[in-house]
Amino acid sequence: MDYYNLQPILLGIDRYMNSIMPGWLVTVLEGLAVGIFIMLMYIILAIILIYMERKVCAAFQCRIGPNRVGGKGGLLQVPADVIKMLTKEVITLKNSDKFLYGLAPFLVIMASILTFSCLPWNKGGEVLHMNIGIFFVLAASSIGVLGILLAGWSSNSKYSLIGAIRSGAMIISYELSIGISVLTMVVISGTMDIQGIVESQAGAWNIFRGHIPAIAAFIIYLIAGNAEANRAPFDLAEAEQELTAGYHTEYSGIHFGFFYLAEYLNLFITSGIATTLFLGGWMPLHIAGLDGFNAVMDYIPGFIWFIGKTFFIVFLLMWIRWSFPRLRIDQVLALEWKYLMPTSLVILIVMTICKVYGLIF
Amino acid sequence: MFFSFLVVVILTAVALVVAAMTIAKLIGPRSYNAQKGEPYECGVPTRGQSWVQFRAGYYLYAILFLMFDIETVFLFPWAVIVEEIGIYAIVSISFFLVILVLGLAYAWKKGALKWK
Repeated sequence: MDYYNLQPILLGIDRYMNSIMPGWLVTVLEGLAVGIFIMLMYIILAIILIYMERKVCAAFQCRIGPNRVGGKGGLLQVPADVIKMLTKEVITLKNSDKFLYGLAPFLVIMASILTFSCLPWNKGGEVLHMNIGIFFVLAASSIGVLGILLAGWSSNSKYSLIGAIRSGAMIISYELSIGISVLTMVVISGTMDIQGIVESQAGAWNIFRGHIPAIAAFIIYLIAGNAEANRAPFDLAEAEQELTAGYHTEYSGIHFGFFYLAEYLNLFITSGIATTLFLGGWMPLHIAGLDGFNAVMDYIPGFIWFIGKTFFIVFLLMWIRWSFPRLRIDQVLALEWKYLMPTSLVILIVMTICKVYGLIF
Repeated sequence: MFFSFLVVVILTAVALVVAAMTIAKLIGPRSYNAQKGEPYECGVPTRGQSWVQFRAGYYLYAILFLMFDIETVFLFPWAVIVEEIGIYAIVSISFFLVILVLGLAYAWKKGALKWK
């Protein structure tokens, strides 16, 4: 498990750089490297996710999906779309609140990049590491709803306003269920540090350690996370048949692209946090008693485990998206306040009792 | 160390948006048309103001959210030390949640969760 620890390598690079150049230059260079790395990962992941969404959607609807641009699989379809988006005119609206209209994409992108850089890719492989990591993720992800509300309100269009208000009410409601599910997992791990949570799952993943309450919390987290990422069956913020595009109706070209980018990355972040909390992050799969199997699993690097599990959950969420019809706003809010929230409070208490009496593995 | 990385991450987000916007402004076409700045409402000229009052139901949910969100914040420190304080953790959380759930039950009974 320790073959692939990134921490000594990164510290070694840091020490080497400190020995050949002044301290401020090291800080600037490291900052630049980290920034460029995050940006590249962000864009590449978005492209992969959009391509995957199109292919998965096509498979569920018995179509082929993108198949012309860039060879047989349509691999270059999404990069071509990005270039197209960049070459479109960015329209300025006549009656909009210009400052807030421009500010909204910044907030949305910032929220998703902040949470993105908290994900534990590997042992010692995360950008923002702190002892209250998972709490920071919850706090940072709630900046996103501000961006959505500002986008809808400032563009001075009725479709945008309705979409934004709906989305705001929905996202803040489902944040509670996410918070309580995360809390359940903090109870079982006994720490808020993201790497600490992953390391506490060395023996068995949380979903196996916490058996029934953990599985229930996992299901609630997936439902609430799907709503948080504004995806069907909770996509009434941008219900295209009634609201055109919801809160980003008035955005054009790359301005709209930011919302699109953040939406797909939020899907990945939701899945990544689910992986960290419930499926053991970068921990390999271990079965007690099968030592040979465990040793083979240890040879697979941590980041492959993390990415594999995360894409499994991404696929699960895409499956849900293309299988269920959209809910109405009153149904969405009733589902959260009358069913999910009371259930997750009960799960929290059950988990506490299990933890105190040692009923977890 | 953490704060320098936090600044780097925030600057990355700003740089991503600014860079993409600059590229789009440089290579995108520009044309003037009086219709372009109008809000999009299916081709029909918009009627009246769009910054209007909307239904109060949404505010009720926001107020309820405040109550429960603060609760989650208070519960996080508790969750970390559940193992240390043992049985006392169950007692304290039960009291805390009973008071909260009473609030939710009151709101439910008053019809705050009903969409009229």
